[in-house]
Amino acid sequence: MSRRTLVLALLFAAPYAALAAGAKEPIRVGFLTVSSGALAAGGRQMGEGLNLYLKEHGDKLAGRPIEVITLDTAGQPATTRTRTQEAVERYKVHVIIGPLAAFEALAINDYVKQAKVPVISPSAAAEDLTQRSPNPWFVRAVGSSAQPNQPFGEYAAKTLGYKRIATIGDDFAFGHETTAGFQRTFEDAGGKIVQKQWAPLNVADYGSYVAGIKPDVDAVYASFAGANGLRFLRQYAEYGLKVPVLGNMTTVDEGILKNMGDEALGVVSCGWYSAAIDTPANRKFVEAFRAAYGADPGYYSAGAYTAALFLDLALQKVHGKVEDKDAFMKALRSLNVADSFRGPMRIDDHGNPVLIVYIRKVERKDGRLQNTVLQTYPAVTQFWKYEPKAFLAQPVYSRDYPKASNVEP
Amino acid sequence: MRFWVIQSLNGLALGGLLFLLSSGFSLIFGLMRVANLSHGAYFMLGAYVGLSVLNAGYGFWTAVAAGAVAIGILGGVIERVLLRRLAGRTFSQVLVTLGIAFIIADSSLLLWSGDPMPLPVPRSLTGAVPVLGVFFPKYRLAVVGISIVTAAALWALLERTRLGAMIRAGVDDMEMARALGIPVPRLFTAVFCLGAALAGMGGVLGGPILSVYPGLDMDMLPLALIVLILGGPGSLAGAFAGSFFIGFLYTFGQALFPQLAYVILFLPMVAALVLRPKGLFGARAA
Amino acid sequence: MIRALPVALSSLLLLAPALSPSDFYVNVATQILIAAIFALSLNLLVGYGGLISLGHAAYLGVSAYLTIWLVTRAGVGHLPAAAAAVVLTTAMSVLFGVLALRATGLGFLMITLALGQILWGLAYRWVSVTGGDNGLSGFDRPRPFGIDLASPRAFYLTTAAVFACAFVLMAVLVRSTFGAGLQGVRDQPRRMQALGWHVWMVRLVAFVAAGFWGAVAGVLYAYYNQFVSPHVLALTSSAEALLMVIAGGAGTLLGPVVGAVVVVMLKNVVSAYVTRWVLLLGLVFVAIVAFMPEGLVPGFDRLRRRRRRRTAGDA
Repeated sequence: MSRRTLVLALLFAAPYAALAAGAKEPIRVGFLTVSSGALAAGGRQMGEGLNLYLKEHGDKLAGRPIEVITLDTAGQPATTRTRTQEAVERYKVHVIIGPLAAFEALAINDYVKQAKVPVISPSAAAEDLTQRSPNPWFVRAVGSSAQPNQPFGEYAAKTLGYKRIATIGDDFAFGHETTAGFQRTFEDAGGKIVQKQWAPLNVADYGSYVAGIKPDVDAVYASFAGANGLRFLRQYAEYGLKVPVLGNMTTVDEGILKNMGDEALGVVSCGWYSAAIDTPANRKFVEAFRAAYGADPGYYSAGAYTAALFLDLALQKVHGKVEDKDAFMKALRSLNVADSFRGPMRIDDHGNPVLIVYIRKVERKDGRLQNTVLQTYPAVTQFWKYEPKAFLAQPVYSRDYPKASNVEP
Repeated sequence: MRFWVIQSLNGLALGGLLFLLSSGFSLIFGLMRVANLSHGAYFMLGAYVGLSVLNAGYGFWTAVAAGAVAIGILGGVIERVLLRRLAGRTFSQVLVTLGIAFIIADSSLLLWSGDPMPLPVPRSLTGAVPVLGVFFPKYRLAVVGISIVTAAALWALLERTRLGAMIRAGVDDMEMARALGIPVPRLFTAVFCLGAALAGMGGVLGGPILSVYPGLDMDMLPLALIVLILGGPGSLAGAFAGSFFIGFLYTFGQALFPQLAYVILFLPMVAALVLRPKGLFGARAA
Repeated sequence: MIRALPVALSSLLLLAPALSPSDFYVNVATQILIAAIFALSLNLLVGYGGLISLGHAAYLGVSAYLTIWLVTRAGVGHLPAAAAAVVLTTAMSVLFGVLALRATGLGFLMITLALGQILWGLAYRWVSVTGGDNGLSGFDRPRPFGIDLASPRAFYLTTAAVFACAFVLMAVLVRSTFGAGLQGVRDQPRRMQALGWHVWMVRLVAFVAAGFWGAVAGVLYAYYNQFVSPHVLALTSSAEALLMVIAGGAGTLLGPVVGAVVVVMLKNVVSAYVTRWVLLLGLVFVAIVAFMPEGLVPGFDRLRRRRRRRTAGDA
């Protein structure tokens, strides 16, 4: 072999060798979570969901090892931004899973667009992230805030036959958006929201709110997150109220349900998941989760597990070549999951999954509380039955929209 | 009518809880001039200790005692080791008490997982009883009762015992107390223990109502400060009156002006302080 | 010559982070400087005025909100928006000063805390203006005179320039007759009154100066984060600044800067390696109190002097 052919052969071989080496290069995942402060419980559960998925797949997705870089946002927007920059600029991550809270996701939304880094959101539910200020680099693994609540409003009116409902919720965006989605479809179906109460996030005591609930309503719709669902239901029971309680997903989430008692029994709620979904895929997931962490998976764990699933499927579509950001993002944004532990899912044009909504009821089974599934709504989009264009032309769900036109003094 | 009765009862119950939270805070500040910014953390840690004792199978009242003793000892150690040398150094006191609050909060996250957890209501006090035509939770009435008993016990301690006489002398005039041969260092440790123990006890007693969760410490600290400033530091009667005043203000404010819920405590407080900078009830406020 | 050396050295130190090859460290340095301006402003009140405030985040937060709101919602240009934010926030500090200075000591602390909490509640509740807890975003950095401030280095250098101005001007202020008066009022209010100083007015001027520089830090905060939400107004944000001042050394010029370095580094760099960084932060504060109760800067000064004395004694 002449020297020339050798050089030529090397020249041609080099890119292939590099490619082969590149395929073994780990995929770096920046995991933005909360490990300190008030939201740390949710952060821990997210970590458990993500780790379980990776462990089940031998820390390898699409043939490439996965390196997770865990970063603590402390639940503060400014810190979240720094952590995101750290992930992108210092660790050169290929993809971000996180952050936990909606306001954290909003705080980094502009930076993500500018840095062009794919983000899979395992928990942040703010409507506008996939509606009025969409981000081509963003995909949500969970439903938008109102997504499960829109079918739920109709369910409350038509199936449960409620006419008059009082609402109470956390006075922040997630509480507003979930309640608004419920209110809209409940009133569209002929029901009336006759009272709306909002409690500050840091309220010391729900006593005065519970005592203020109108006695002549058919049900109370409660929209709480974090510790507040537990505290509210506790105090509600303490006052001996008998009016049935409806809830958004997080009010009776599995993450806090395990610390609740009889006060939670009978609460009917809506969500894009329940640990009690009776399918082989979910039973397998729940068993594995219980074996690993001794608890049922809830909002945060299931969200992070789904985020890892989305990552896996999109990576498979591009054969692990996450470096081709545009192709990877395209794969991610057009995912069509034939089946999963949550059932089939597909990403819509805005980066939000079309999914099954579960109507659940808290029951005690084998000594533990669970969200037994009462009914399923297949293929629910974030726009429900409304036409997307018309939906987006209206203001985002809030305290004041839809208008509380049936509230009685 | 129903509204006024039930919200008044709510105000009373919250006031009772606030007294358990803030009496120790006020006592410590009155005597030692230390604004113990870890007080909210003591309250939370007390609740966690109580929870662990309950989970170990002991009864509720044992848990209350355990919370009080554990936090009392912790307070005593902190006073002995750290705060003792910082008399009159406000800056260092702020730094060290907030530092301790951070340590307690983060360690609790490590030890108790950060999941929000309720403390069970003792079986004898579950359910609601009729009061003036409305149903009201028994346990909340019990909290009011306990806070009144605690106030009476503290009053007796301050007014009827030698220790109390020494504390009163110290609050009134530290130099004079020293000159009279009162063992001021030991007195300080005793009072700090007592104040911390009250916070720990309050945490366990508050647990069935508030639950215990990360962030409880910083939710409680401003409330203790408000009671202190309204009641006047070191004044037991002031702390008592201030607690119930705030309990009523908070409850009725939220019920009557829901739009102002976020500022319902602080708006009147600014007004009160601007008009009466020395506090509403106290004469000795700084 | 003797005075020129520290100036040259500190200018070098200030410019050095811009040379870092990593954007991440440039950004951390920017955050340190913003936090340092904020802590320096609070130091005017706490260190030199002897008035402990637990509501200083009000000025940083309101100014950040105003800047972003004026640009993104009211369509005002960047420069007028930033100027208006500083002016309006300073005006607010006059009002707050008049209210808070009804008291001193604990009363002062409580009024500032309460005012801060009211603003925090307002930010949460007044959704139509503040965006509630979702905050205000969609705010881009401008390109004044062809300098692209979106670049971390350009932004760092701008921040460094503002920091240098702030540091020098605050140094001049505390070393002026007014500064001497302020410290006199802190230590001996009665005597100063007898000497003809208007104690209340001196304190108010310090309060407003602190509000002004807090507002300047707020504008930088807004441009750095390009986002603002109620968290910036939270009690923890005020407490953090107070801790920076005290940890570094209240009533010294370098103290708050050192405090800002410690806190920002722990929060943003060390936290990558230590999961329980909040615990570590608490331990650091306790250690500072145990070994250098006057703060890091005066503490190290004391150590250095003692060593020098000992060396002198040996010779």
